[in-house]
Amino acid sequence: MAQNPPLWGVRGAFMKRFIGFIKKEFYHIFRDRRSLFILFGMPIAQILLFGFAITNEINNVDIAILDHSKDNTTEEIINKIAASKYFSIKQMITREADIASVFQKGQVKAVLNFEKDFGRNLIKDHKATIQIITDATDPNTANTITNYLNAILQQYQKELNKDITIAYQIIPQTRMVYNPELKSVYMFVPGVMTIILMLVSAMMTSISITREKELGTMEILLVSPLKPFQVIIGKVIPYIFLSIINAVVIVMLSIFIFNMPVQGSLILLGLESVLFIITSLALGILISTISATQQTAMMISLMGLMLPVILLSGFIFPISSMPMPLQIISNIIPAKWFIIILKAIMLKGVGMQFIWKETLILLGMTVFFIALSVKKYRIRLE
Amino acid sequence: MGISISNISKSYKNVKALQDISFDVKPNELFGLIGPDGAGKTTLFRILTTLLFPDQGTATVAGFDVVGDYKEIRKNVGYMPGRFSLYQDLTVEENLNFFATIFGTTIDENYDLIKDIYVQIEPFKDRRAGKLSGGMKQKLALSCALIHKPKVLFLDEPTTGVDPVSRKEFWEMLKRLQQKGITILVSTPYMDEAALCDRVALIQDGRILQIDTPEAIVKHYPKPIYNVGSNNMYQLIISLKDYEFNHSVYPFGEFVHYTDSRTDFNPKELRHYLESKNLIDIEIEQTEATIEDTFMELAK
Repeated sequence: MAQNPPLWGVRGAFMKRFIGFIKKEFYHIFRDRRSLFILFGMPIAQILLFGFAITNEINNVDIAILDHSKDNTTEEIINKIAASKYFSIKQMITREADIASVFQKGQVKAVLNFEKDFGRNLIKDHKATIQIITDATDPNTANTITNYLNAILQQYQKELNKDITIAYQIIPQTRMVYNPELKSVYMFVPGVMTIILMLVSAMMTSISITREKELGTMEILLVSPLKPFQVIIGKVIPYIFLSIINAVVIVMLSIFIFNMPVQGSLILLGLESVLFIITSLALGILISTISATQQTAMMISLMGLMLPVILLSGFIFPISSMPMPLQIISNIIPAKWFIIILKAIMLKGVGMQFIWKETLILLGMTVFFIALSVKKYRIRLE
Repeated sequence: MGISISNISKSYKNVKALQDISFDVKPNELFGLIGPDGAGKTTLFRILTTLLFPDQGTATVAGFDVVGDYKEIRKNVGYMPGRFSLYQDLTVEENLNFFATIFGTTIDENYDLIKDIYVQIEPFKDRRAGKLSGGMKQKLALSCALIHKPKVLFLDEPTTGVDPVSRKEFWEMLKRLQQKGITILVSTPYMDEAALCDRVALIQDGRILQIDTPEAIVKHYPKPIYNVGSNNMYQLIISLKDYEFNHSVYPFGEFVHYTDSRTDFNPKELRHYLESKNLIDIEIEQTEATIEDTFMELAK
C-alpha cells in the first residue's frame, strides 16, 4: 500500500511530523498556567528562598548579659561584642533566675554571665571566668554562636597579652579556600539548580507523557504512523529547551544577586547542565512507563527523585558524615555527581580534566536510563 | 480490503473478554457491532487497531495481519476510541492540524472527505476542544480520524452520550463516508442504530450471538410478538411475569413486548388474566419484532 510520496520527500515529511508534534507540546505547556508557574516561578522562588532565607550564617543575634562584676574589663568586653555585626545586646539582666526566663520567652539566643569581681580576678589571679549559655534548640546555630563569642574573647585576651611574650606558641593560620567568606549561598546554588533541573525535566516530562495515557490520546497516537521514539523525543525536546532557560536564569540570578562567582568555563557549565537535563529527562520517561496516571507520576517523581536529591546528594547533608550504607547509596543518585561537577566548575574553576570521572558516570547513567525506558516503552496498550 | 477475524479469544486475568470470535466485514461495508456495555466490543476494536494482542486466533485489517503488519495497519486505519480522546486544550483547528501533520498530510489535501462534517464545526474552529458540546466533539473526533483518508474506519461507540439529533446526523455522515469507499466497523449499545447498518453482529459476554442484515435478524424472530399496554405499567409487568405461560416480557416504550410459550396462544385468555389482576385499559396487539427483541431472545 504505497502512498503517493509527498512533494517534500521522506525526510521532509519526517521533520514536518516532528515539528507538528513539538508545536503541540508547546501549546500544552503555555496553556496550562499551573505547569507554567512550576516551570518558571519555582526556580526563581527557590533560588531566592535558599539564597536569602535559609542560611547558616549568623547576623545580629540577640544576646543578654548578666554582669555580676560591672567593672572596666567587663565593659570593654561588652563593647567589643556589641560592636561586632554578629551580635546585638538585647538586654542586661541582673539575677541568675532571669536567665531561664529570657530563654523561655525566646528573646535571646545566648546569655553571657560574668562572674563577680571579673576584672579584679583577672589581674590578681590571672584568671577569670565567664559563662556562655546558648539556646541549643537549634544545635548548629548554638555552636556557631559559641564559636563566634569565643573568638571575640580570645581576641580581647590577645590584646591584653600583647606586651608579654610566651615562650612557646603555636599560631594556626587558617584559610578557607573557594568560599573564604563561608557564604552559604555558594553551597545552595548548585543544590537548587540540581533540584530544579531534575524536577522540571523529570516530573514535567513524566506528567506530560502520562497525561496522554490518562486522557486516552496515547491510544490515538499509538494507532498512527508516529514511531514511539518520535513521540518520546517530541515530548522531551520542549522540556530540554525550557530546562536550559531555567539553568540560565538560575546562573544569572546567582551571579547578579548573590555575587556567586563562576570561576570555570561557562561553556563547560552549560554542556554539563545539558547532560544532567538529559539524565533527568530519561528518568522522567522511565517514570512515565511505569505509571498509569499523572498523579502516580507526580508522586514517584517527588518521592523517588526529590527526597534523595535533597537528602542524599550532599546538597544539605555532607555525604562524608553519613553512615556507610547511605554513602554507598548516594553513589547511584545522579544529582550527587552533578553537584560535585557544578561546585568544581563554579567554585574551583577546574576544567574537564578534573571532572571527567563524574561526567562519565552521569553519561553512563543517562545511557542506562534511556535504554531501560526504550525497552519498557510499549507500542501497544499491554 | 475489509476485515477478517477468525477464532479470536482474549482474556484479562480470569475474565474472558472475547471467546472464539469469527466474522468478516466486506470491503466498503457499514458493519455494526451491537451489544451492551462489557460485551467485549472495545477489546475487539483494540485488537483490530493493533493496540492489544489476541490470546488466540488471527485477524487481518485491509489485508494486513494485526500482529505482524501492525505498522501498515496504523497507516491505513482511522480509529475513534469510545472516550473523547483529543487534546482538550487545543482548539478545533489545532487538533485537526495536528492529526493531519502526524499522518503526513494536510487539511487541504483531504478536505473534500471531511468537508460535510467539518463545515458544521468550522464556525467554532478557534474554540478549545474541551469546551465543545458532545455532538460537536464527536464530529471533531470523526474529522480527526478521517483526515488521513483511512481505508478502514473503526468507531467505538461514537454516539454514546450524544443527543438524538446529533446521533441521526452522525449516522447520515457515516452513510456518506461509506459511499466514498471506506469500510466502517462501528459499535453501539443502541439497538435502533443497528437498523442503519448493512450487517450487524450481536455480541454479548464475548460471544457473537448472530450475524446478519438487520432485516433478516428481525424476520427470523421465532415467535409472534405482542404489544401489551394498560393503565399501570409496573403492575402490568409484574402480572405478566407471574403469568404461567409467558416466554418473555420486556418493557418497550409505553408498551410491554410479550411472547407466549404456547403455539396456540389466544390473546383473549391473556386479557382475562390481566383483568383478573385489576388492570384496566388493556391493549393487546401483534407487532413486528425489533433487533432489541432478537437480542433479548438470543441473550436469554
